[in-house]
Amino acid sequence: MKYLLQRIAFYLFTAWAAITLNFFIPRMVPGDPVQALITKYQGQLSTQAIDSLYVLFGLDKDKGLWQEYLDYWGQLFHGDLGLSFTFFPTPVSEIISSSLPWTLLLVGITTIISFFLGTGLGVLAGWRRGSWADGLLPVTTFLSSVPYFWLGIIAIYLLTGPGSFFPSSGGFDNGLVPAFDQYFIPSALRHSVLPALTILISSVSGWILSMRNMMVTVSSEDYITVAHAKGLTDRRVAMSYAARNALLPNVSGFALSLGFIVGGTLLVEIVFSYPGIGFQLFQALGAQDYPLMQGIFLIITISVLVANLIADVAYLLLDPRTRKEG
Amino acid sequence: MTIPTSSIEQVIPGEGSMAQPETGKRGKAKRQRFRFVSNRKAATGLVMLAIYLLFAIIGPWVAPYAPDARSNDLIQSPSGAHWLGTTHLGQDVFSQLLVGTRSVIFVGFFAGIIATMLSVLIGVTAGYLGGKADEGLSALSNVFLVIPALPLIIIITSTLENAEDWLIALVIGLTSWSWNARVLRAQTLSLRRRDFVDASRATGEKTWRVIVFELMPNLTAVIASGFVGTVIFAVLSEITLAFIGVTSSTTWNWGTILFWAQGQQALAQEAWWWFIPAGLAIALLGTALSLINFGIDEFVSPRLRSAGKTKIKTIDGRTVRMRIGFTPVLSNSPEPHTHARPLADPGAATPVVKKEVAP
Repeated sequence: MKYLLQRIAFYLFTAWAAITLNFFIPRMVPGDPVQALITKYQGQLSTQAIDSLYVLFGLDKDKGLWQEYLDYWGQLFHGDLGLSFTFFPTPVSEIISSSLPWTLLLVGITTIISFFLGTGLGVLAGWRRGSWADGLLPVTTFLSSVPYFWLGIIAIYLLTGPGSFFPSSGGFDNGLVPAFDQYFIPSALRHSVLPALTILISSVSGWILSMRNMMVTVSSEDYITVAHAKGLTDRRVAMSYAARNALLPNVSGFALSLGFIVGGTLLVEIVFSYPGIGFQLFQALGAQDYPLMQGIFLIITISVLVANLIADVAYLLLDPRTRKEG
Repeated sequence: MTIPTSSIEQVIPGEGSMAQPETGKRGKAKRQRFRFVSNRKAATGLVMLAIYLLFAIIGPWVAPYAPDARSNDLIQSPSGAHWLGTTHLGQDVFSQLLVGTRSVIFVGFFAGIIATMLSVLIGVTAGYLGGKADEGLSALSNVFLVIPALPLIIIITSTLENAEDWLIALVIGLTSWSWNARVLRAQTLSLRRRDFVDASRATGEKTWRVIVFELMPNLTAVIASGFVGTVIFAVLSEITLAFIGVTSSTTWNWGTILFWAQGQQALAQEAWWWFIPAGLAIALLGTALSLINFGIDEFVSPRLRSAGKTKIKTIDGRTVRMRIGFTPVLSNSPEPHTHARPLADPGAATPVVKKEVAP
């Protein structure tokens, strides 16, 4: 329990750091970005929106930095992330909450599948070292070096086109309205197959490699030799003795590399024009929509922190040593 | 009162080895370096990387066309004049690829150097000093580790308008040191309590000297593998930045090629020569660097080497799989309860005969 509390304290600290970073980044923008935006959207911005922009960019001359910082936190606690320029005058929070479920489902499910699949294959490759399973290694090395988005481009090039089962872009058919019915769900599933496969193929190889190396390290431990000497079946030794112990570093690795994976998957969304957070970020970049970019960064960071916390709980359940101290 | 002899014995050979001529030490180092290159994975990776480095240097000079020179051959498939075809403006894709190599290699290595220096500074210091300094520095690197790096890099770069290569490398380097710092801290922690470190501290060496001359040489492999890993990450990040169009539009790298290919509907026009070579170049560079890293890993911990042929056929046609850590048990080995055979059976595993040793 103490361990968990420590972790939660750490994540709260990290969240604070990320938010503070988020507060300072727009202040690095040279010149007066708000003025530039006001000129760009002539007459479209309300006074309230302009005020909020000035707070966001820290160009409010009357206030000190500290006061600005407090105001920023005040806005955040009201759930106010500012107004988006691209989809003016929609609040950023509204845009994010409409695109977040897409990303959570796509990235969340594929990451979990990829972790389990990769770990399973890694157990096999590590345990059967020197058999055909070693042939997986060069392939996985190559696949883990391929940028996610390029694999997506190739998938679109090879597998989509007129008459193909796989659509090349979007999250659902144009004529449909998002709802949980028999038309929308199959369409959404069909659109998510290719992005999911792309993420799966490029992220699974990392898990295979790390799990294989852990298995190789673990399988020369004394307790494995003892288990063999006791006459346990090969399968039992592999699963209950070697894999169980090799899994622990992989779980903590899972938590730590989530940040990297999420970064890569955002790009897949861009290639497939999948209506998630990554695609919104891409549109925000194109339009220099700073409030939207900041909001998206904040949401991504917080999601990664929450996922890390979940991975920590999983680690706690898997490793009895962390529970013992009470 | 007697002085423990062991300590004297330990000191004297130590002095003896220090008094040895330098040549012996150098010979050993040379042999080890040779062993690293003789690793097949590392050698392949180094050769591939050398080719990339060569093109990074000579690329812009040997490129047949200027990367943004337009011509009338719009979206041509590969031919003698344009080895990798042309773009929507008649630009030569092969030239763009060659010219872009320099930027990719530059950003990769520059960012790698910055991140490695930071990670050594923070990781080794944290591991060596311990206590409050360790807690503070570890918390700092954990924070950077958990915050998703790529979105952060994207946001920062997009606020810097038309960022040049060195600025991008700086941003990537400053945000991607944390993983290596963590690994280095763990390694330093395990080195810190070794005798030679205690000895050098006891002789009154300054902290920085202990770190630089005693600890660092023992961390070389970890630092090198961290550097290579960061270069991979930096290359992928730079290409990603260029692909989504937040970097300067005047410098060419492979991501820029993909940016134009994606933006100009290369897919819909079936212009495969436009986007496949750039992606392959990235993937092969990444593979080369990963291979070097595997070489380093296997050099440090030989267990990870992929074993050669592990299936061995015994004379009576059974196959046995050899594995590190335990001896294979053959079904035809002498067993006490069932069909016992004479030990001289050639098909059986080499019997372990307990020899009586005369006292």
